[in-house]
Amino acid sequence: MNNAELVLLKRKAKEIRKLTIDQIGYLGVGHIGGSLSVVEVLTLLYYRHMRIDPAKPKKRDRDQLILSKGHAGPALYSILADKGYFPKEWLHTLNIGGTNLPSHCDMVRTPGIDMTTGSLGQGISAAIGKALGNKIDGISSYIYVIIGDGESNEGQIWESAMAAAHFKLPQIIAFTDYNKLQIDGYTYDVMDLEDITSKWLSFGWFVQRIDGHDMQAVDRAIVKAKDEKCRPSMIILDTIKGKGAFFAEGVITNHNMVFNYETAVKAIKILDKEE
Amino acid sequence: MALKDMRDIYNETLMEMAENDDRIVVLDADLMSSNGTMPFKERFPGRAFDVGVAEADMVGIAAGLSSVGKIPFAASFCSFAGRKTYDQFFISANYAHLNVKLVGTDPGVTAVFNGGTHMSFEDGGIMRNIPGLIVFEPADGVALRNLVKEAVEHYGSTYMRMHRKGNERFYSENETFKFGKGKVLQDGTDITIIAVGLIMLREAMDASELLKKENISAAVIDMHTVKPVDRKLVLEYARKTGAVVTCENHQVNNYLGSAVAEVLSESYPTLMTRVGVPDKFGEVGDLNYLKERFGLTASNIKGRAIELLRNRDRLRGGQR
Repeated sequence: MNNAELVLLKRKAKEIRKLTIDQIGYLGVGHIGGSLSVVEVLTLLYYRHMRIDPAKPKKRDRDQLILSKGHAGPALYSILADKGYFPKEWLHTLNIGGTNLPSHCDMVRTPGIDMTTGSLGQGISAAIGKALGNKIDGISSYIYVIIGDGESNEGQIWESAMAAAHFKLPQIIAFTDYNKLQIDGYTYDVMDLEDITSKWLSFGWFVQRIDGHDMQAVDRAIVKAKDEKCRPSMIILDTIKGKGAFFAEGVITNHNMVFNYETAVKAIKILDKEE
Repeated sequence: MALKDMRDIYNETLMEMAENDDRIVVLDADLMSSNGTMPFKERFPGRAFDVGVAEADMVGIAAGLSSVGKIPFAASFCSFAGRKTYDQFFISANYAHLNVKLVGTDPGVTAVFNGGTHMSFEDGGIMRNIPGLIVFEPADGVALRNLVKEAVEHYGSTYMRMHRKGNERFYSENETFKFGKGKVLQDGTDITIIAVGLIMLREAMDASELLKKENISAAVIDMHTVKPVDRKLVLEYARKTGAVVTCENHQVNNYLGSAVAEVLSESYPTLMTRVGVPDKFGEVGDLNYLKERFGLTASNIKGRAIELLRNRDRLRGGQR
């Protein structure tokens, strides 16, 4: 990725971050922390790596993304709206009765969502199914999955970690959004994940660990993961929960936060002032 | 000639369909040899997945396969398919409107020597609470073959409670089946016995013979689909006979007996009794011991039927 491309992608990530703050702020409550920690990776996937066509959201040979930590839906909705999967006006309908944009990702309601998630732990299993089905049909697209650090407490994550390696599925490229916070506190207090790199390595995955907000690093990691021919990939993203919103960043209680629209507007203005 | 095991008919049916339909794939959780799908794996190695002892993962993988157009049949014992994977099946398959064919084997007392841990009297009941899910239990090999085909034709998830070892014969080869359409195996005028599953349909048929000796004419219905239950048939026979006995190799709460009671109490209040497992856990033993232990026998059905008719007559002010 050259410098000009990087500048454009960073600008896009900021736009997505602002849309996400605006979207949740408009409602006044939501999963702001875990939405903002995945903005960079989602931006890189949707604006640089994934082979997708918003006009044909179900195209059989598309790359797919499973946001296994389904509560980060709002970040993904900002991107899908920006890409034209649905009108941007929908963003202000988040979680309002009858909306197509529920808290947690829903493939039945939302164009562009590739898998319904929300009950944590199920995304990698679904990715395995998609990858096996693609293999049967001779389709070589990538299945990206984003799991949470708290989500990694779930037993099914490790069942699926074993299975993805066993079935030799390099087309699965997964990310752990390692923002070190879960609902009840710091991950090392609630349920320590370390040594997370060794865990995934020992399950037979190709593992990289990088700064999840460094877009150049995330891009390089995705490129390397695509080059891997035998093993599924796990890219551990060291991130900050609530990244980029002054009222939420690093705040221990930012999982599901109440904040008014005025606060959201202020946070967006602060982002605008940054270079 | 001995009948083939139900599991072998399950496998044969899937293999036969898979020859012309590459959407059909099979999943097991270290029970391929138990559930009879090894030949499928040998014939279609790229389309059969043994995921190891990880039922939740199996159902999640099945949902993923379904999301790219496959029709996955995923099987484990009822205790695990039903209880262990409930949330995965609920969310990844059903809430997501996908097309996963989940199969629970060794229903109820047929878990025999595996005992209480493997004995599921609840799976059908909890499955009945999943919106839109088809829940069915074939009583013999002909029904199994036809209903598996019906499941492939139907877009949407299904839960099949499948007798695994052994078989019965209630139907001729050319019988046809539809989800939600019960089968009248024997007509009758005094009482209606509605049964589900292989062992209870056999006991119900035997009970009707015992009742015949008492000059009681019992109709016997195979309610192979418990959800949606065949309301029309239930009401037709409630009107015709005025007394209903349900028979299930399952806890009496939430499965067949409850489904029939809901129909009757809302539309045509009729005295009924539910033969099945009471509010109890399973336990180890051979089939005869367990059937006796939980009252899943023709003689118990007969006794309960006679008691029901007496109660009905008493309520009507008559005598029997």
